[in-house]
Formats: sequence, structure tokens, C-alpha cells
Amino acid sequence: MSSTEDVQKTGPQAAPRDHVAPPADHSERAKTLVQRIADLRAWLFLAALVLAFEIWARYDFDGTFILNPYNLQSIAIFAVAPLLLASGQTFVIISGGIDLSLGFIMGLAAVVAAHVVNWTTPSLGMPLAVLAGALAGVAIAGVPGLINGLLVARLRVPPFIGTLGMFGVARGVAFLLAGGTVVPVQGNSFFSTLGNGRFHGVPYIVIVTIVFVLLMHYLLTQTRFGQHNYAIGANVQAARRAGINIKSHLTRLYVLSGICAGLAGVLYSARFNAGAAQAGEPLLLDSVAAVVIGGASLFGGSGTIFGTVAGALVIAVIQYGLVFINVEPFWQFISVGVVIIISVLIDQAQRRFSGGRVDE
Amino acid sequence: MSSAAQEPPILEVRNLSKHFGAIRALNDLSMSVHRGEVVALAGDNGAGKTTLIKTISGVFRPSSGEIFLNGQPVTFTTPQEARDRGIETIYQDLALADNLSIGANIFLGREPMKRLFGFVPILDRKAMADAARATMARLDFHVSRLEAPVSNFSGGQRQAVAIGRAVYWDAQILIMDEPTAALGVPEQRKVIALIHQLKAEGRGVIFISHNLQDIFAVADRIIVLRRGVMAGERRISETTHDEVVKLMVGGR
Repeated sequence: MSSTEDVQKTGPQAAPRDHVAPPADHSERAKTLVQRIADLRAWLFLAALVLAFEIWARYDFDGTFILNPYNLQSIAIFAVAPLLLASGQTFVIISGGIDLSLGFIMGLAAVVAAHVVNWTTPSLGMPLAVLAGALAGVAIAGVPGLINGLLVARLRVPPFIGTLGMFGVARGVAFLLAGGTVVPVQGNSFFSTLGNGRFHGVPYIVIVTIVFVLLMHYLLTQTRFGQHNYAIGANVQAARRAGINIKSHLTRLYVLSGICAGLAGVLYSARFNAGAAQAGEPLLLDSVAAVVIGGASLFGGSGTIFGTVAGALVIAVIQYGLVFINVEPFWQFISVGVVIIISVLIDQAQRRFSGGRVDE
Repeated sequence: MSSAAQEPPILEVRNLSKHFGAIRALNDLSMSVHRGEVVALAGDNGAGKTTLIKTISGVFRPSSGEIFLNGQPVTFTTPQEARDRGIETIYQDLALADNLSIGANIFLGREPMKRLFGFVPILDRKAMADAARATMARLDFHVSRLEAPVSNFSGGQRQAVAIGRAVYWDAQILIMDEPTAALGVPEQRKVIALIHQLKAEGRGVIFISHNLQDIFAVADRIIVLRRGVMAGERRISETTHDEVVKLMVGGR
């Protein structure tokens, strides 16, 4: 590699300095190859998983798993909410934090969206009421996000603790607003049509999710916000010294993460035609799992949106696939848990592999 | 380097003091750096070297005394202001984001943008890579893979990236805190060569080091601090290791 060539010196030299052999370079290329495979590992795993279910379906009951459009739709719908939470979680985990409040922020948004649709349908009419409900749901989700951000950025509360507190607060507020029960949407069939309708067989909520996830990918890879997010996750000191406003970045980051959960809540209430405080309860850990399976490191500094998409699909395929082949549902927990652990082990192995160079 | 003695020094510090409560970390210190000059700061732990560079680079505000850049008095309230005036500090831990490329590190915090299809703003990665290539070539470091994260590179190369960032943003004075401390011998030599390069480009360099070998290899002058005051200032050409050590420990 040319970069290790010794530099020719100019100027006077007091100390003896002869030509030095370039230091051994632990093949930059090999590392990149490992990195590339690691980046793709969630997709490879997803492919293997789909193949396994497909073989099972052919062998066991002469059917098909993945070629059946109904299954594809179901998996896609299944993956919508976890993926939306996980896309926000990806940003937060890359920055070196974690957002534990996402599940109940989603529930809060679902309840608020359902209420607002109900309140405004008589005066605004169905389409505008849906718009008002959607905006209200997403906006309300920004509030706990903002508080998370202020806690983490200004008051230096560790993200784990700050967002755990917000987990409780959002949960309580959501249940209070819902009166401890589910809030059905009444008199607005348009909402439910959007939540369950399809365009050429693709559910609207899946289309919305795809567009949103592409936006998140753009934000992470093509903007200063995304670039600073990676830098903060890798070395917050370096980011600060480079003039990045850490407080402002972190505040916006948690608002963004809350908004992702808000969108998930709105889509939930559209799909079920009701808002429920517990809508996102089981999804929080799925969101973290999707990010980790997708190749992000919980130490911060690495991760991609496309990796997270694969991670969310892996979870959805496991969950749906096990039901599909008639395995007791409790195996879902076990298999997703095993996949998480394996992903973390791969991450650590990769870290150790590359660690040798950093520490030399 | 007496050739530049006629024009005003690029950096001059007059009677600088920094007190933390009753502790006089730095007391009535005066020094200057000329264009193309390398000044080494030496001294035992707690001698005031770090206080001095942090005061110059805007991290601390001086308790008294003045700082001049090219003969003009300046005051900095933040490191950013010092950086904007061309004083760049390269810290021991390098202050690089390991997961980003050389270009992204050079532009960290001030990334160039361009527009896709005329309206979608995106990072101008090509501009960053081009600048990275040009800057590293200027420092005689030829890096083959510009998109690779800097964690892929060796300690000396990463030091070069940090220096490259300063050079790209046209720093006139580079302050380096133990630039060779964490490096192997071949890498140390590369960094010494880099400092020669900076000198040849007419920049001023202040570097802290405990390594007398390095100091004698690259510095024009050495300033020895002891307990916050100037213990001595010598031209490298007119002093010896022994004399410097005596100045540092105060055994005279």
C-alpha cells in the first residue's frame, strides 16, 4: 500500500534518521471485505431464513412461503411498526444512545390520533379529520422526544435512564388519555380505508413506511445531520472540537426518534381503526433487536438504515414464519433472542478483528 | 531561524498569566513564534505547558497578559474563535471520528453540500475526497483508499489526517500536544517529517514534547517551563540535552 511509504525528509536533521521500512499493514483490504460481509450479514441471514421456510413449506405441505403474495403482504404489514421504531432507534444507537420510550410514544400517538379523528370528523369532514389526527399524533410524539432530548443533551442524563423515565411517563399519559381502554375511531371510514387499503396489492401503510425509511436513509447518509450523528457516536470530543453543536444535535435526534414512533402510532390506529396505549409495548425490544441484527453497534458510531430494514424483516419473517409452519408461538421469542445474541457476538468478533489496528 | 526576525512574529504572547484561584498555573510568561519556526515547549508535569497552550488556543481566558497575532492584539473567548483566526490545536487523542473517512474528518462540522437534480441537498463526497487527496499529497502521505474510515489507518497516518485538517483550513499556527507520544519509531519519524513540512510552508508550530530526541530533531527553539514560569529559552543550535534537562528539573 502506497500510504505506508516512508516520507522523504527535507530540512536539517539533528537526530539520525535513515530510511525505514514501512510498518506492516494488516491488510486494509481484508478488513474491508470482512466489513462488507458484516454489513450484509442481516440480508444474508434474511435470505437463509426465507429459504429455510420455503423448503419447509414445500416439504411439509407442498405449498410455498415466499411466493405467496398473501404471505409477503402479511410480513410487510407485520414489519411496518417495528421498522418505523427501529429507523429512529438506528439514529439514536449510532449516536451512542438508546431510546427506551419509543413503544409508549407510539401508543400515545395512536391514542391521540384516534381521539383527534373522532373530535374533528363532525366539523372537518372525513379526509381533513384524518389529516388532523395524523398530524396531531406525529406532533404529540415530538413532545416526549423533545423532553428526552433536553434530558440527554442539556441535563446530561444518561439516555438509558432519561428515556426509561419517559417510557413510564408516556405510558401513563397514554393510558390516561385512553381512559384505560382502547379508543375506537367512529364515524370516519376514510381512516380505516387508508389503514387497510392497497395500491396494486401493496398496502398504503407499507408504501408510507417505504417512503419514510428512504427519507431516513437519505438523512443518515447524505446530510450533515447524519454525518454528525456518526461522528458523535464515534468520538463526541472530536465532534465538539470540530464545532458541532452537540446539544442541539442530540435534542433534534430524540425529537426525530419520537416522530418515528408517532408515525408508527398513527399507522397503527389507521390499520386497527382504534388507538391503544399498549400498541407499541412489545415493539420496543424488537426495535433495538432490528438495529442490532442490522449490524449497528450498541457502542455507537456504526449502523445503517438498510441494515435495520433487514433486521426488522428478519424479525418479522421469524415471527410470521413460525406461525406459518405451525410452531408454537413461544418459539418466536426464543429464536429472536438467539438471533440477537448471535448478532452481538458477530459485532464483537468484528470489533476485535479491527481493534488490533486501532490500538497499535 | 533568525531570518524572519524583521517582520512581527506570527504569534506573540506578552506577560501572560493564568491563575486558578490561588494557584498560579502560569505566571508572567512571554514568548513568540515566527513564520516557519518550530518552538518546543518542555517541562515537568504541572509546569504549565498545557495551561499555556490552552490559553493561546482560547480554551482558557488569561488572567492577565496579551496575545498578538501578526502584531495585532487578539482575545479569544472560545477555541472556535482561535481556530477561525488560524490557531489550530492538535490534541493527543487526535480528535478524529474513527468511523469517518479522511475527507469527512477534514470537513467535520463544515461539510460541503451540493444539489442533486438541482434541488435535493446532499453531501459533496467527491469534493471531500478530492480535498483529502490533495491535502494528504501535500503532506507527502499517499493514501490509496479515500473512502475508508480512518480507523483503518496507522497512528502516524491518523496524526497526518489531524494535521491535514489544520492545513486544509489554513491554520497559520499549529499547536501539537505530544504529537509523537503514542507512536512507534517509524511513525514518530513521519510526524517529525510532517513538522518539517509545515515549517517549510512557513507556518508556525508549537509542540509539547517530553522527548528530547524529537525536540532536537525538529525545533528551532525550546522554551522550558517550571512551576508556571519560564525557566529558560534556548536556540536548539546553541544548547545541549544536558542543559535542557537541568532547566527542566531546576538543578543549577
